[in-house]
Amino acid sequence: MNERRDQEITALLKRAYDPVMAEPVPARLIMRPAPWLPMLRAAALMAMGIGIGLAMAPYVLPTPAAVTVAAPLPMRAARAHAVYVSEVRHPVEVDAKEEKHLVAWLSKRLDTKLRVPVLAEEGFNLLGGRLLPGPEGPVAQFMYQDSAGTRLTLYVTRPATADTPTAFRFAQEEKVAVFYWIDRQCGYAISGEIDRPRLARVANIVYRQLEP
Amino acid sequence: MDHDQVVAYIPNLRRYARALTGDSEAADDLVQDTLERAVRKFALWRPGNLRAWLFSIMHNVFINQVKARKVTFDEELDENLAAPVPTATGDDIKDLQRALQQLAPAQREVVLLIALEDLTYNDVAKMLGVPVGTVMSRLSRGRERLRHLLDGEPARAPLKVVQ
Repeated sequence: MNERRDQEITALLKRAYDPVMAEPVPARLIMRPAPWLPMLRAAALMAMGIGIGLAMAPYVLPTPAAVTVAAPLPMRAARAHAVYVSEVRHPVEVDAKEEKHLVAWLSKRLDTKLRVPVLAEEGFNLLGGRLLPGPEGPVAQFMYQDSAGTRLTLYVTRPATADTPTAFRFAQEEKVAVFYWIDRQCGYAISGEIDRPRLARVANIVYRQLEP
Repeated sequence: MDHDQVVAYIPNLRRYARALTGDSEAADDLVQDTLERAVRKFALWRPGNLRAWLFSIMHNVFINQVKARKVTFDEELDENLAAPVPTATGDDIKDLQRALQQLAPAQREVVLLIALEDLTYNDVAKMLGVPVGTVMSRLSRGRERLRHLLDGEPARAPLKVVQ
């Protein structure tokens, strides 16, 4: 008697809690250590060096040196976002009407198979995309817009050699909020001037659709 | 730590934590604390059963939380206070969720690990760091209590009638 009832209760427990397994995992649970700290430190030192160099310029002979300091991914993404979302007539290079061509083109330039996430469940539709220069080669930017005219951009880049994989991180660059992560293939940053919970939901959708 | 391997168990950890705490926010807090601790302690992990290791970390985090709330971990709540859950709501799952929260935390853990994760008594004993006999007695007491709460069977201790 009791054994049968226990089995029923076990089955009921599974029915009650198994659906949790199918829920999307919240962003805060898939974090990895931020790889940016050493880079930021290097950038700060470099800036100091440049500052000292500029101050000394009148006194010493200039020694030209090739110096490249890549801004961190969220900063680059936020800047690219700010530049292009304010465009009324030319927000994108290739319109969403030619999505197939857009994806094929940018995939070829980034030398990886890109996929464009569908963000309709958060009310955002694809406007199109463009190719941008990045510190280590071409970068793809996809732009989305909702019915209120709010725009989001998804910035996709091949990871720089200094980048190590990371899961969701959040960054705020002035008004632009950015969620970003890096996997073995690409670095992704989703930027928008929207509140953080909504952007987190969008980032979750993007992550879910892009990570097989 | 191979991050992907750990990520693969997050859904299991979330399911168990949800049942254990009865609250989705509290459950994800528990999972997050567990993952952070796992990252810090990863040097201590010997290749083997990663799932068991993660669940044993969650067990330790959970015990600390329970202790912080000053709830006795391994003793049943006063049965006189916890009246059987009325089954008349017609919602089996809601009744079950309420009944679960009335189990002693130690019993709840064992009942859930066996039911949800399909673990053996041995696995659970290792995970919780207790003898197999303790696992079996917690399981049988926990199940008995669940039956009492759900079916309104008379509890072992007679209920006091308070006017």
